Amino acid sequence: MTETMATNGTTTGSRGSRVLGAATLLGLATLLLFAFGLTEADIRLHPTTGEEIGQFDAVRLLYLHVPLAVFTYVAFVLCAFASAGYLIRRTPWFDTMAHAAAEVGTVFCGLVLVTGSIWGRPVWNTWWEWGDVRLMTTLVLFLMFTGYLALRRATVDPRAAARRGAVVALVAVLDLPLVNRSVEWWENRTLHQKSTLGELKIQDLTLFTLMLGFLVFGLVLAWLLLHRFRVGWLEREDAEHGIAADIAERRAAIDEGDVDAAVGEGT
Amino acid sequence: MNRFLADARLVAAKDLRIEARSRVVLNQVAPFALLVLVLFGFALDADQRTLRAFAPGLFWVAVLLCALLAVQRSVSVEQADGALTGLRLSGMSPAALFVGKAAAVFVQLVVLEVLLTAGIIVLYGSEIEQPLLLVATGVLAAVAVACTGTLYGALASGLGVRETLLPILLLPVLAPVLIGATRAFDDALGNAAVDGWAWLGLLAVFAVVATAGGALAHGALVEE
Amino acid sequence: MTHLGYLIAGWGIALGTFAVYALSVVRRGRDPARRVPAERSRWLTAPGADAGNRG
Repeated sequence: MTETMATNGTTTGSRGSRVLGAATLLGLATLLLFAFGLTEADIRLHPTTGEEIGQFDAVRLLYLHVPLAVFTYVAFVLCAFASAGYLIRRTPWFDTMAHAAAEVGTVFCGLVLVTGSIWGRPVWNTWWEWGDVRLMTTLVLFLMFTGYLALRRATVDPRAAARRGAVVALVAVLDLPLVNRSVEWWENRTLHQKSTLGELKIQDLTLFTLMLGFLVFGLVLAWLLLHRFRVGWLEREDAEHGIAADIAERRAAIDEGDVDAAVGEGT
Repeated sequence: MNRFLADARLVAAKDLRIEARSRVVLNQVAPFALLVLVLFGFALDADQRTLRAFAPGLFWVAVLLCALLAVQRSVSVEQADGALTGLRLSGMSPAALFVGKAAAVFVQLVVLEVLLTAGIIVLYGSEIEQPLLLVATGVLAAVAVACTGTLYGALASGLGVRETLLPILLLPVLAPVLIGATRAFDDALGNAAVDGWAWLGLLAVFAVVATAGGALAHGALVEE
Repeated sequence: MTHLGYLIAGWGIALGTFAVYALSVVRRGRDPARRVPAERSRWLTAPGADAGNRG
């Protein structure tokens, strides 16, 4: 027992994940430098009156919000594929991956909603825009995956949790086009399309910083997924191994004729 | 196929017979539906013009709330005395079981919708301008809600927190149904100039996907 | 810089949340990592390779 203990890791980290983590932190620092230092604010001149218009410094939220939004969808699509994989192959790898992707995706999704709201206030002059397609779709998605996590937490039997979770994740992702379509028809007043990329004065540096944002938040997603996956994997192994070790211990006690220890008395 | 339909009919008839004898939906959920309409009236500080303008939305919110109760009831019927285990051991296909359960919920929802329609006509002063659109919307939305609800009822069944978990799981998924059915009713009740039939198309797509997907996914859920 | 409050709030909440979440994940993994023997925590098991050990 002691020699296996000695070889155990004490964290979910590995050399690879530490390199990834260092790259992520470095990337975040660089991104902050570009987003706040090197890029310029969005100031344009009105074609007829010559007034200064644009988003001014609020545009610096672009480098945060847009990559988060894209990787939210990446995480949820990954979750759906892993869920489908689980229903076909029934191996714990797929289930652990689906659960990890859903949890990390929900964190991303919540942040997309918050940063979007904070960006919308100065730019659109409102915290919340009813009838904006992507906004409403993302909110519904967030609520669905909150339900997914609640379901998984409430289900004790891990196999039932895996099966039920897989169904919920697939339904959520299949439902998404319908939510999107219905909200789009519901009110045709979408602020989003016209007010983000199309209208901005995209300079090379702005574009570069946005791409850097994609890279950095992609790294953040990868690091979180990696660690969250390992936590899920370890928790499952721990539960199974714990039971197996208990059984082995009691068997050994019976072989030694120590019935008291085998039935768990006197320990 | 005949076997499939016969099994489904058997399950649906069983659930409806339980309802006919226990009258839970009729004596508890139906009054609740009317109560919701009255509460909306109080909350919106009602004159009939306001209520009439919002009637389609209030109608469908009331339907969704009632659907939650109907689905809870449909699940709890199977939990008593290990009834679900019995059904599983009967050799029935999970898809037939799903269709049967959903059909029973569907029938109850249609009854509730009829009652609620009478409610908005009497209480809110709504007038039916396109009866065909109204009926088609009611039927398709009931199929969509019954199938999604039955699938999610199976998901949450056997959990101690079922009552609180079911709404958070089910209602976001039904958002397109709420939007679509409300818009179609807007047209059918002459409230707004929208193309109700286009919305009906969306409801039809949802209903088909929910029925097929539910029947398929149910197999993965009942094998536990 | 205009809109400084919005910028601090947006970036601050996002980076702060990531930091808190990352820490919580690492801490959550510490306990089972200590108990699970190393040969059972091969980090990336290929899908399907562990078919005899379904969970």
